[in-house]
Amino acid sequence: MSDALRALLDSVRQLTGDDAYERYLSRHQALHPERPALSPAAFYAAEVERRYSGVTRCC
Amino acid sequence: MNLPSRPAWPWLLLAVLGAISLAQVAVFRGETVNAFWLLAAAVCVHLLAYRFYAAWIAARVLVIDPTRATPAERLDDGRDFVPTHRWIAFGHHFAAIAGPGPLIGPTLAAQFGYLPGTLWILAGGVLGGAVQDMVTLFLSTRRDGRSLGQMARDELGPVGGGAALVGTLLIMLILIAVLGLVVVNAMKHSPWATSTVAATIPIALLVGLYLRYVRPGRVLEGTALGLLLLASAVLGGGWVSTHETLAPVFDHDPLPLAGAVIVYGFAAAVLPVWLLLAPRDYLSTFVKLGTVFLLAISIALLRPDIHMPAVTQFVDGSGPIFGGKLFPFVFITIACGAVSGFHSLIASGTTPKLIRSEADIRLVGYGSMLLESLVAIIAMIAATALEPGVYFAINSPAGAVGTDLNAAVATISSWGFPVSAEQMQALAQQMGESSLLSRTGGAPSLAVGMASILSATFGGGLLALWYHFAIMFEAVFILTALDAGTRVGRFMLQDLLGNVVPALGRTGWYPSVLLCSALVVAGWGYFLYIGVIDPNGGVNILWPLFGISNQMLACIALTVATGILVRSGRGRLALVTGLPLTWLATVTTWAAAEKLFSDDPRVGFLAAAADLAAKLAAGTLPEAKAAVAPQLIANQQLDAVLTTLFVVVLWTVIATMVWSVRRHLSGTCTRPLSEAPYRRSRSAEPA
Repeated sequence: MSDALRALLDSVRQLTGDDAYERYLSRHQALHPERPALSPAAFYAAEVERRYSGVTRCC
Repeated sequence: MNLPSRPAWPWLLLAVLGAISLAQVAVFRGETVNAFWLLAAAVCVHLLAYRFYAAWIAARVLVIDPTRATPAERLDDGRDFVPTHRWIAFGHHFAAIAGPGPLIGPTLAAQFGYLPGTLWILAGGVLGGAVQDMVTLFLSTRRDGRSLGQMARDELGPVGGGAALVGTLLIMLILIAVLGLVVVNAMKHSPWATSTVAATIPIALLVGLYLRYVRPGRVLEGTALGLLLLASAVLGGGWVSTHETLAPVFDHDPLPLAGAVIVYGFAAAVLPVWLLLAPRDYLSTFVKLGTVFLLAISIALLRPDIHMPAVTQFVDGSGPIFGGKLFPFVFITIACGAVSGFHSLIASGTTPKLIRSEADIRLVGYGSMLLESLVAIIAMIAATALEPGVYFAINSPAGAVGTDLNAAVATISSWGFPVSAEQMQALAQQMGESSLLSRTGGAPSLAVGMASILSATFGGGLLALWYHFAIMFEAVFILTALDAGTRVGRFMLQDLLGNVVPALGRTGWYPSVLLCSALVVAGWGYFLYIGVIDPNGGVNILWPLFGISNQMLACIALTVATGILVRSGRGRLALVTGLPLTWLATVTTWAAAEKLFSDDPRVGFLAAAADLAAKLAAGTLPEAKAAVAPQLIANQQLDAVLTTLFVVVLWTVIATMVWSVRRHLSGTCTRPLSEAPYRRSRSAEPA
């Protein structure tokens, strides 16, 4: 895959939150590797709950 | 930012092209104007405003400091606060602010002709809306991402803050009601539209389950699956509409459809977010961005002629779609797309927590609003590219043109916009509908416009398919706004009631969730119900009310911004927000005064109530209307109360700001600014 295509895909994944778990995992392992990380399912459930607790959409 | 080495000629060229386009649109209009000029004028104005005005505001008024660490950097928690690339932040912010508003407002305002709305979208956007969004984003970024309500409380005290919260809750209720009404009008007696919209619910549930249990968090996969299903729902709807036994199942009067929307709204508010709201939101965001992009490309390729006159006779206030003169009502009707107060809630909510550097604020805040403004221009093009007679036949309520097609087209033709019954029947048939007469709310006429443009661009006809695709597209994100709005309204109500009964303030306590959701749904459900039983279509009451409340919220945001700019010692530069504030406060108050005191029953709430009461007493109303008249009268009076409340909230906030600014200028105010202290960004080069 060309670099440009790769970059585009990465942007789309980031924009949609498709890569949220991978980002969480790498961050978690960097900051507190001693604690167990959330599973993908548990992370997704918590994320959705957090994200929809405020004004997220407009008219 | 301002690199002197770059050549100036591209900007000069752009200025010349912009001037030519604007002149084509506004001055040298011949028989017809081509949509290309509208689009070109908008793009040039936007680029120039972004390059010069926004850059000047960023540098001189806000004094953006890229060396200052943003909350995303300082408070980075990997979830809420995340330093994000500026184009990603731009995408998030744009997806959040762009709702159905900029599509509906311009469609309705097209009754004045294409010119007034277009000029307001351009001027209001670059001088008002985009400034509001950028300044609010900046102020919130400087305050750890605090919300508008919190900033209002910090800067204006508890009265201003409380007023902002109550105002926001009310605007939410009216917004949801009017959006619900738009969907109901698109679905009434249309098995195709109704079955397609109904199918979006199980599709969202399925995607929700997929994202939760099958492949947790794989948003792209889930969305792709959902989009595929949505496309088949549009196709399947066509099959349903011709099916002998299935078609009647989805063929309904507006009232039961409104009931279904209300029940759906309550269910969506109390179901877990992951099951319905989140997947629907993913789908709607994709469909929305994709369709807007497709439409922009199509208009650029197809360059349709604008058939609507530049200015129609309805500027005198006699318009069939909504009553009221050009001034002030065009400024109320087009809120989103020019200035939308609601944006300030996003710009002070999730977005500031994503800003990686203050240097990105211009792109994210100002740039996103320009794109939304462009969406509004596209909606204006889609509406005015229709034959005006067809446009008025679709958008005029039964109260203005009657329910008989022959009589209605005769009335509309007598206004100077020729249209025939055969033409309307043929169009309805092409679109796969039984009738398009009086499908008020803007969505169906936009869908007809979109279908014509898209089918011409991609060839192959398929008008009915494009039409229902467009209806599905609008319905999906209208229902998302309805779900999300109900949920936010519930949080706000819990917050408010929690001050009285602490238990109700616990957002996770299920009895409180049920009670507050029910109250919020009852609030907008009431307005939706009245809108449906109103023979004038309800949109002509609800949309101005929504416009007034949205502009009121914009005034609150601009007031907070102006107050802070003055107290930060910006002096006359505070006029950057002060002037749009003055203009908006004037038009909003003026419009509210007309809605309250006008003698014309088509404009004034109280005049309408009195007029109806007199007719009821005299017994001149038809039986069906007499039955609902008492409710309509009570509703007009309630609308008058709400309008008064909006004006009171607006001027309370302005008065507290003026008071606080005067105390500051005279040196008696001791309250410090609430800005977070400076910390150097890691990304700043060492000094």
